Amino acid sequence: MADNLLSAMVQVFAPLSLMTIGGGQGVVAEIHRQVVDVHHWLTETQFLDDFAISRLAPGPGSLLVTLIGWHIAGVLGAIVATLSIFGPTALLIYAVAHVWSRYRGARLLIALEAGLRPVAAGLVLAAVWVLMLALKGGWIAEGVALASTAALMATRINPLILIACGAALFVGLSQVGAL
Amino acid sequence: MTRQDTATLETEKPTVLRLLLVFTRIGLTSFGGGLSGLFFRAFVQDYKWMTEEEFLNGLAISQALPGVNIKNMAIWIGYHLGGFPGAVVGFFGIIGPPAVFIVFLGVVFAQLTGYPITEVALEGAAAAAIGLSLSMGLTAAWHVRRAVLPFVAMVVTFVAIGLLQLPMLWVLLVVGAISIVVEYRRTGS
Repeated sequence: MADNLLSAMVQVFAPLSLMTIGGGQGVVAEIHRQVVDVHHWLTETQFLDDFAISRLAPGPGSLLVTLIGWHIAGVLGAIVATLSIFGPTALLIYAVAHVWSRYRGARLLIALEAGLRPVAAGLVLAAVWVLMLALKGGWIAEGVALASTAALMATRINPLILIACGAALFVGLSQVGAL
Repeated sequence: MTRQDTATLETEKPTVLRLLLVFTRIGLTSFGGGLSGLFFRAFVQDYKWMTEEEFLNGLAISQALPGVNIKNMAIWIGYHLGGFPGAVVGFFGIIGPPAVFIVFLGVVFAQLTGYPITEVALEGAAAAAIGLSLSMGLTAAWHVRRAVLPFVAMVVTFVAIGLLQLPMLWVLLVVGAISIVVEYRRTGS
């Protein structure tokens, strides 16, 4: 029974690993569908709780599946879920990194790098744009984001300080009713 | 426009243990997101173990391949700086400790998410963390080859994903493929 559960988790999470090009929220919707609607491993409330915790926690957002795995099948479930979603593509990028260093300087690889770099820049800026739109806190939040950008580009400040300041500022403003 | 020479930086490559500690520290302190920006800050700007060019190439490959970007990036950087052991500690450093932490959080502090103040603090942290992504994005844009086609590829990607919300896979396949072919032909002539 337990083995069936674990292998079912592998079958759900491992394909999701390949779907995550560029990461993003589409995967969370699919995880929700599989975990709540299809397999009934968690209730809607449990899923939303886990999602809230995953946003609060540091590290990759996809660690949501680790927490889900834990709630489905304890320690083993957490390990199986984590390796299922991160493992297959980890092997792929390792293989690519290996090939890259072996054939370093080859015309095709240089073209791949040079060709993908404008796309990567566009992707990062698009992700920033989407995040900016999703920010709660209006112009204050946008101001914090831009001020943090300027500080990072102009100084060698530790980013953790900026993040702590952002959190403290929002808490302070909400306490005095300004947010 | 010459490619930067990597040899200048190879004098002080980190040990595997050092790499593990750096990945773990970043993994455990990345509140509000912006992980790849934290990588850029640490590996390129603070420790100077990689050039901007090397990092941005790795970012481009990591994004084009399937899988969570940041995990791809950790393995790429780890391999670049420490071969197979480096790639292994990159993977386990960025996944392992935060994975343990999130379960701990789920078990011990699940009620934290119920407080409005937690939500507000998280929003403030997320706003500031955007600075990490934006500063890295601007650096990446700055390093795009100064010519019409790369610029168009960057803008089309931005508009397609950011404004039109088109599927990432198709944008990557179409814009990426055209851009790569253009660069391939250019380097051959």
